[in-house]
Amino acid sequence: MDNDEKKSKTPLLDELEKGPWPSFVTEIKKTNNETCQDLLGQLELSYEERKGHWKHGGLVGVMGYGGGVIGRYSDVPEKFPKVAHFHTLRVNHPSGWFYTSQALRTLCDIWERHGSGLTNMHGSTGDIVFLGTKTDELEPTFKELTEAGFDLGGSGSCVRTPSCCVGEARCEWACYDTMKLCNDLTQAYQDELHRPPFPYKFKFKCAGCPNDCVASIARADLSVIGTWKDQIQQDDAAVTEYAAAGLDIQKDVCERCPTRCMAWDGKKLTIDNGECVRCMHCINVMPKALRPGKEKGATILIGSKAPIVQGALLSSVLVPFVPAAELLDTLKELVSRVWEFWDEYGKNRERVGELIQRVGMANFLDAIGLDPDPAMISAPRDNPYIFFQKKEGE
Amino acid sequence: MTAPAKRITDIGPPHYEKFLPPIIKRNYGQWKYHESLAPGVLCHVSETGDKLYSVRAASPRLLSIKTIRYFADLADKYCDGYLRFTSRNNVEFLLDDPGKIELLKQELRDAGYPVGGTNNAISNIVHTQGWVHCHSSATDASGIVKSVMDALCDHFTQQNLPAKLRIAVACCLNMCGAVHCSDIAILGIHRKPPKIKHDVLPKVCEVPTLIASCPTGAIRPKTVDGKQSVEVVEEQCMYCGNCYTVCPAMPLNDPENDGISIWVGGKVSNARTAPKFTKLAIPFLPNNPPRWPEVVDAVVNIVNVYSQGAKKFERVGEWIERIGWPRFFQLTGIEFTRYHIDDFKNAGQTYARSTHIRF
Ligand code: HEM
Ligand code: HEM
Ligand code: SF4
Ligand code: SF4
Ligand code: SF4
Ligand code: SF4
Repeated sequence: MDNDEKKSKTPLLDELEKGPWPSFVTEIKKTNNETCQDLLGQLELSYEERKGHWKHGGLVGVMGYGGGVIGRYSDVPEKFPKVAHFHTLRVNHPSGWFYTSQALRTLCDIWERHGSGLTNMHGSTGDIVFLGTKTDELEPTFKELTEAGFDLGGSGSCVRTPSCCVGEARCEWACYDTMKLCNDLTQAYQDELHRPPFPYKFKFKCAGCPNDCVASIARADLSVIGTWKDQIQQDDAAVTEYAAAGLDIQKDVCERCPTRCMAWDGKKLTIDNGECVRCMHCINVMPKALRPGKEKGATILIGSKAPIVQGALLSSVLVPFVPAAELLDTLKELVSRVWEFWDEYGKNRERVGELIQRVGMANFLDAIGLDPDPAMISAPRDNPYIFFQKKEGE
Repeated sequence: MTAPAKRITDIGPPHYEKFLPPIIKRNYGQWKYHESLAPGVLCHVSETGDKLYSVRAASPRLLSIKTIRYFADLADKYCDGYLRFTSRNNVEFLLDDPGKIELLKQELRDAGYPVGGTNNAISNIVHTQGWVHCHSSATDASGIVKSVMDALCDHFTQQNLPAKLRIAVACCLNMCGAVHCSDIAILGIHRKPPKIKHDVLPKVCEVPTLIASCPTGAIRPKTVDGKQSVEVVEEQCMYCGNCYTVCPAMPLNDPENDGISIWVGGKVSNARTAPKFTKLAIPFLPNNPPRWPEVVDAVVNIVNVYSQGAKKFERVGEWIERIGWPRFFQLTGIEFTRYHIDDFKNAGQTYARSTHIRF
């Protein structure tokens, strides 16, 4: 009707429709409903004024769940009434982000009926993000989603949506079934995911090998990274083919090996597997010739987080090796002990990584019943401020 | 009277097996090796001899349902309705017929979705909400990503860098994403302390939580006009915005002083060297929408200097560790300032404690 008159003029954003990279402005315009026109209008205002126009926070959700929805309100609702409410729903994605066209269409139909028609595919934790709807649309959206077999993901002080690399579905390096583990963990902790029980958020990420394609070591409180215990599987004929094809095995493989545990005499590649730290470099360079060993499993690492409050952390080694078949049970046992300790001693909004920094790794290990292991450190302490335990001084 | 329909909860996501193409189901866990056929095209070969072809295309991450339906149509036309998204928010089509690859690529390119992002390329930029949806952003995410990738698109569609190069954007230092561990990271920052709204603070915030939220202990309780509130010791505040996250009465957006910092040298993979954090390259660039030319130029410059100087397989962080930080600043022409020197807890670990110096 009078859509054309209502359309905000967006000269700054229009600039971002030019150029070879797909344009988010085009995406917003394509959706062509009044909500998206107001979103564009408000965004144009942000571009003019160089500041955001969303009010702080907003507690909204669906009955029975304590998370999954991020409430959002415009701070200029009189100008852009259609985005006065603009809440996000996090929808738990299937492991590995695989879909059928039919499943995607079902999601699109639901979101067309109840929201702005805009999404993020995907949020950085992994969820399908439905971007923008009103409070009274939340329950109807949730009802249709669950009827279609989809549930909400996590937000708040809970288990967040676990995610994983593509793993055994399409990667020869996967050392365990990442998609299955991710799905099993998600199902096992539905209660902890939907009803925030913790001092703060807790994320799981599952990577099939040390290439860590979901960046689990940087973005998960509990990082599960596939590895192996025996020898790298080696196909000598294929090594020779790489050499014949022009790969400089000495320079590009042996000299790049962090432990210098490889030797190449021009004909035969030898790996001293006892010294190999399973960094993946040689395997990455010669995928046809080298593969992870057959005794597969994963390293469990704990504690990574972004800077707030006490500085960024990478996860550190908690259990050096768990056989693939025992992973799910070991993880469940382990996190139940971690959560118990964190619940009791964690401060409000203290991530597990910060708790470990505060109480010390050794005390943390005691608390969850693990023995110290030299694989847990990059070096022993270099200061003499050692707390001896009472019984040893007696 | 009919009973109300039962409320369905706690079902979790649909099981992934429902969405796997038959060729993946048949060969699950049996992949033998993979080859890169062209930028954006991978071929995985199974022990059974089956071959799976993946075609990867760029996505702006923020997608309308129209585009998702278009991807669904492409999946129907070329791969029996199967597709997936990657951990960097690209879209991947999964084919078992290599004869369809070129047609699919052409169709994607014609529709404006470049094909690439594999191997030694710059893949998609992991990014956040920005002015599109978040209240604590110091900059926009989508606009910067679009501007930077327009300039670097040839590195998405080709694989001619020394190694993979991962770029990430976060619009504030909550860093919802991969900014602290990327080869190049673009991070929104503030440069002014919060403006305290004493009139509403006691009504909307919990003071102890607020005080505990500050990394530098800059927030103290204070009574203002007879009401409980707080004060900020400005010399101790480094504008992180965490107090605003927990308390709406502490806003700190400021168009003149908000802007961008650039970070380099992080990685998450264990290949060759251990995972690394990103480190500060440029403390501040202005917010200059819609195209952020200063930010684009800075990123392009770092990419260029790196690609000329790094050895094969060297990620940005490995290259810098080899040549040393002084050389990095010299080669890139980036000014080194007092702001580069760490002064947060245990900062001494980043000072040079040797005479290993290149003049
Ligand atoms: C204030 C409003 C905030 C908004 C709108 C917001 C938005 C988001 C969204 C949409 C995601 C992706 C979620 C998903 O995929 O399910 C995300 C992830 C994340 N958020 Fe936030 N966030 C906010 C606050 C915070 C705060 C306070 C922190 C830290 C103290 C934080 C740290 C993170 C991190 C580290 C991730 C990424 C984790 C990963 O890589 O998996 N965010 N955020
Ligand atoms: C069989 C070989 C591999 C497969 C199937 C694979 C799979 C993937 C996929 C699907 C993604 C998302 C990519 C995108 O969205 O563009 C990804 C990301 C990634 N890959 Fe790989 N990858 C392989 C090899 C490698 C190698 C050799 C390395 C390291 C040298 C590596 C390190 C990474 C990293 C660091 C990410 C980014 C994670 C993030 O920041 O989100 N991958 N990988
Ligand atoms: S993390 Fe390893 S197993 Fe998983 S997709 Fe990446 S390379 Fe493959
Ligand atoms: S995996 Fe890494 S450490 Fe092991 S042999 Fe290969 S390059 Fe060396
Ligand atoms: S990085 Fe900061 S501003 Fe951006 S979405 Fe996350 S919390 Fe919001
Ligand atoms: S902005 Fe950060 S440093 Fe400044 S008072 Fe708030 S929490 Fe403290």
